[in-house]
Amino acid sequence: MTTPSGHIHGTDVKVSKDLLAAIGGAPTSSTELVVDAQHVNKWFGKLHVLQDVSLEVKRQEVVVILGPSGSGKTTFIRCVNHLEKIQQGRISVNGHLIGYREVDGRLVEDKEANIARQRQEIGMVFQRFNLFPHKTALENIIEAPVQVKGMARVEALEMGKALLQRVGLAAKADAYPAQLSGGQQQRVAIARALAMKPALMLFDEPTSALDPEMIGEVLEVMKELAREGMTMIVVTHEMGFAREVADRVVMMDEGRVVEEGTPEAFFSNPSNERTKSFLAKIL
Amino acid sequence: MQFDTTELISFMTNWSVILPALLTTVLMAILAQVLGIALGLVAALAGRSRNPVVHGIATVYVWIFRGTPVLVQILLLYFGVPVLLGGIDPFPTTYGSLPTLIGGAFVAATLALGVNEGAYMSEIIRAGILSVDAGQAEAAKSLGMTPRKTMSRIVLPQAMRVIVPPLGNEFNNMLKTTSLASVITVTELVMVAEMRYAGTFKPFEPLVGISIYYLAMTTVWGFVQARIERKLGAGLNRNDDEPGFWSRTLSVSRGAPHSGGMR
Repeated sequence: MTTPSGHIHGTDVKVSKDLLAAIGGAPTSSTELVVDAQHVNKWFGKLHVLQDVSLEVKRQEVVVILGPSGSGKTTFIRCVNHLEKIQQGRISVNGHLIGYREVDGRLVEDKEANIARQRQEIGMVFQRFNLFPHKTALENIIEAPVQVKGMARVEALEMGKALLQRVGLAAKADAYPAQLSGGQQQRVAIARALAMKPALMLFDEPTSALDPEMIGEVLEVMKELAREGMTMIVVTHEMGFAREVADRVVMMDEGRVVEEGTPEAFFSNPSNERTKSFLAKIL
Repeated sequence: MQFDTTELISFMTNWSVILPALLTTVLMAILAQVLGIALGLVAALAGRSRNPVVHGIATVYVWIFRGTPVLVQILLLYFGVPVLLGGIDPFPTTYGSLPTLIGGAFVAATLALGVNEGAYMSEIIRAGILSVDAGQAEAAKSLGMTPRKTMSRIVLPQAMRVIVPPLGNEFNNMLKTTSLASVITVTELVMVAEMRYAGTFKPFEPLVGISIYYLAMTTVWGFVQARIERKLGAGLNRNDDEPGFWSRTLSVSRGAPHSGGMR
């Protein structure tokens, strides 16, 4: 089997060996499970988009979610930081219920301030980058540390510059997003998420909006992050990345998890019919 | 009857009357617009609230004040509210220590114009907020920003670009709509023109005179607005001809090892 889109060429990105050193090392915590999603159900109107989805992600684990479009994979990771509500089940990150709190055995939506605080430890990278266009690359990175965590501006600037250096964009600190290429914008977006020192990083099709020649530079940053022990859930169509970096691959189809396993088992010996036909189409 | 240029100049340069009237007009317009922006922002944010009561109040406010004539609103406030309050007159001729310029009629007119303006500003600000890509708020939230911070730091600054052009239009309108205050005895431009021709029986000249003053005020505002809009463009929609752009671009691409093209 070949991996046409996933093969990573030698890129010109100078990613430092210690991406996480810029934020003071990989986060540690006593809880072994970073993400614990149990029997998650979600409907968009009558459409049952997530059907009894359960997923556990251990610390420093990289989980790649694959599946055809409309399979619910993006919806699922958006639930992990409560950008989407769920109707049944529960999702915990670092042992804390996300988006809801338990009152008399029932789940009620949490206060906005609490949800905001929980999101601080969950970094998210979007398909469309979503950098703040009215702020420079460096300002994008320091915005949340200063505004949310109350970090001193001087300290934040120092960290922001270090992060830009780590993603190979030290020279672009004062550039506005509109002056950057797609690949550069996405690397700034990754740096911006890392600036909050998250315990978990969610990637929602981070290379799907990029021109082919820019995909490699973003994947390179993500690989480096994985090597340094960041806990990651990645929704992607990059099979090469899944094969090379993932500890576990999860296949979703029609709102369900249909197969789960190591990349070796998943790609060479898929057991599920849907997985087989999906892989046949994509590889 | 002939147009009397001497009368026009005499009216227009009668500074002891014209200057206070001009000041009244400009002051009333600015205060009413500021009040309108503040109320409009509150109403626009309230209109987005999930709380049905808050949302309902905002909707009814916009509905009533956009749906009835501002002249009627001015009259209702000035003549109606004192009736409601019984013996207390909130709009006396003067307020003791305050300058005579700011009397009860001035306050009533400014309040009415401002509250009316708020209903329109609410729709303009709402449109501005809606113009900002939803991904912006999602990115801010995913970084742990509260809804309030997300709005004030990320959404509203970007919404400003869409809000300012119609806001400029609103203020242009406001400068002229202040003329309605003459009906409740505010001594603004229309009032002084009317007082003039009541004595001279020459209405043409003073009316042309105040028209020239209105035109001068709206013209000056046009320049100010253009400046504000240029400033708001910073960072957004970078143009190639913007000063500093090329020098920055060139120095940046020398230092970076990437070949990623400019967008």
